[in-house]
Amino acid sequence: MNTANVRMVAAPDGMPVVDRKEEGRRKPLVEVREQPTQATRVPAQTVGRATVDDPVMTTRHVNVFYGDKQAITDVSLDIARNEVFAMIGPSGCGKSTFIRCLNRMNDTIESARVEGAITLDGQDIYERRQDVVALRARVGMVFQKPNPFPKSIYDNVAYGPRIHGLADHRIELDEIVQTSLKNAGLWDEVKDRLQAPGTSLSGGQQQRLCIARAMAVSPDVILMDEPCSALDPIATARIEDLMDELRQNYAIVIVTHSLQQAARVSGRTAYFHLGHLVEVGDTDRIFTNPRHKLTEDYITGRFG
Amino acid sequence: MNKCAAEVVQAGLRRRYAAERRFRLYGLAAVLVGLLFLAALLVSIVSKGSPAFQQTQIRLDIHFDPEDIAPAGTIDPAELGRGNYPALYKAALRTLFPQVEERRLLADLYGLMSSGAGYELRARVLENPSLIGETHSLWLPADDEVDIFAKRWAGDEAGTERLSRHEIAWLERLGEAERLETRFNLRFFTSGDSREPELAGIWGAVVGSFFMLTVTLLVSFPIGVATAVYLEEFAPRNRWTDLIEVNINNLAAVPSIVFGLLGLAVFINFFGMPRSAPLVGGLVLSLITLPTIIIASRAALAAVSPSIREAALGMGASQMQMVTQHVLPLAMPGMLTGTILGMAHALGETAPLLMIGMVAFIVDVPDGFGGPATALPVQVYLWADSPERAFVAKTSAAIMVLLGFLLVMNAAALLLRRRFEKRRS
Repeated sequence: MNTANVRMVAAPDGMPVVDRKEEGRRKPLVEVREQPTQATRVPAQTVGRATVDDPVMTTRHVNVFYGDKQAITDVSLDIARNEVFAMIGPSGCGKSTFIRCLNRMNDTIESARVEGAITLDGQDIYERRQDVVALRARVGMVFQKPNPFPKSIYDNVAYGPRIHGLADHRIELDEIVQTSLKNAGLWDEVKDRLQAPGTSLSGGQQQRLCIARAMAVSPDVILMDEPCSALDPIATARIEDLMDELRQNYAIVIVTHSLQQAARVSGRTAYFHLGHLVEVGDTDRIFTNPRHKLTEDYITGRFG
Repeated sequence: MNKCAAEVVQAGLRRRYAAERRFRLYGLAAVLVGLLFLAALLVSIVSKGSPAFQQTQIRLDIHFDPEDIAPAGTIDPAELGRGNYPALYKAALRTLFPQVEERRLLADLYGLMSSGAGYELRARVLENPSLIGETHSLWLPADDEVDIFAKRWAGDEAGTERLSRHEIAWLERLGEAERLETRFNLRFFTSGDSREPELAGIWGAVVGSFFMLTVTLLVSFPIGVATAVYLEEFAPRNRWTDLIEVNINNLAAVPSIVFGLLGLAVFINFFGMPRSAPLVGGLVLSLITLPTIIIASRAALAAVSPSIREAALGMGASQMQMVTQHVLPLAMPGMLTGTILGMAHALGETAPLLMIGMVAFIVDVPDGFGGPATALPVQVYLWADSPERAFVAKTSAAIMVLLGFLLVMNAAALLLRRRFEKRRS
């Protein structure tokens, strides 16, 4: 990170200029950042309690690199069963990278390298024996942009059970599709047009279809990477309600840019900064009484 | 913005709009020039080629004289095949023009008919031996010079200089007797090549091209798609795959005649495949088409949105399930378009075929992948090279047939694309 003393100064004609003393060095104008004081540096140790008693997933000393660039530094964190776990932080802080480690979606990026231990029910998911296909059947994912397959609504939901061979009969499959759509709160809207293409739904419906699709294989954990960032407030509210219901059966990890959303839906919250896990704690505590200066700055809107 | 700046902007506006109008006009002019050339090409080809779809024929009262064709009253096909059929139409011509007796004049008179008239009579007799001894009024093909004369008759005097005055007089007599007519030239679409322009047809070349393109499609589509899928979806990015990629891109730019030489060296000399065969032609054309298909297919695969890949992988689909169930169907329209454009390119390719002997003069319609054959563009080349005047029209007609096939293939590409896109949306 370029934390040097590079500033943009508004010149009279509105053009940004570099400070005179910086001119000789010709540093690129990447970031406009104050010289960090001692209090706003990332802490050597995560503030707050990052572990729980009965975790479904644990991560220990996770480092992620994209080529030479380190994206995540020494993150240790537990995900409890039946909880909604929110991850917040400014853009580029590594929360999406981290969530993608949990079902090894980073495998698809060639330059990505993951170090440390991540377990699911005590089993190391980066172990050589671990099959990614089996892992992703247990750790589902919902993406930022709704991405239904260009197939019918029915086929979208039935896709997972079909490839994993979860249903022996058509009736069983029908049942899974119906249950998943009901749990995703979409059934009443689409029950008459299950054969319509999934892409014909509205954005919010598409995202709920993706949630139904992820649930259809009965995973243990559902990862949601900014699931509402492309949706309007009404669709967002529906999905937030949905998450609260889903908590009964699944552990949900959500990355969000909306602090209000994190406050509304999650039980625990983690704050990431520049690839470091700064602070973890109960959501109420994080939002009312943040212990670290960075967390406080972010939550109070000082930056980010 | 202060008043001064607004005035400066105002002053510059007119120049900016003028520049935009000029730019548009340049573009429009370029399009018009292109269209003009295309129109000139089409008009020239159609006006030159359309007479070839008509053929002048002469009606003669043929007496199937057993004396000439079935000496011993035989109906044995082998014996019948050896008969003197030209004698039949020569006799009919003598009956029409009894006053012609001089030897030189008689030769001219017989020359009004195409040598194909004898073959046609022979074919009729072999098909139906009961004709022997009967007399029928039949339309038979005229010589190519007569053909040109008859087609231009109505107009100017041009085209008459190759015929002597008495020949023209005979033709006029035949015309008055309603024995001279230009009719639809079915032979052009049903027969193979010939040294006689009036007998030459395009069908042999069409069939040859068909066999060849079948081989090309069967070889290049699976290999091309498999290569593209592997390189785009599975292969690691390293020096080797970079090298392969650069080579494929370079192969697309290699002159096609080089592929012809390669085919000659590898397929014919090394593997001992037959010369002039559609099999070899198809393989050589596959080599030329492959880079096109691979590049188009890779572009189509790369254009599939990453969110679909993520969705499939996130559901626990294996890499192969992701490719076959989601990426390939979405990339298929682009792949098909690339393939058909590659095939259209292959259809028009001439130079490499010359190298592997498909330029040979082949009369028979090819009957398989191994037999001698020629192809449409080679046929155009052969006819354009022939000295007889009537081949000028044949050449343009063959080009019209070739263009017709290209249009059909491009339309097929368009239709396939539409259908796939409709199904996926």
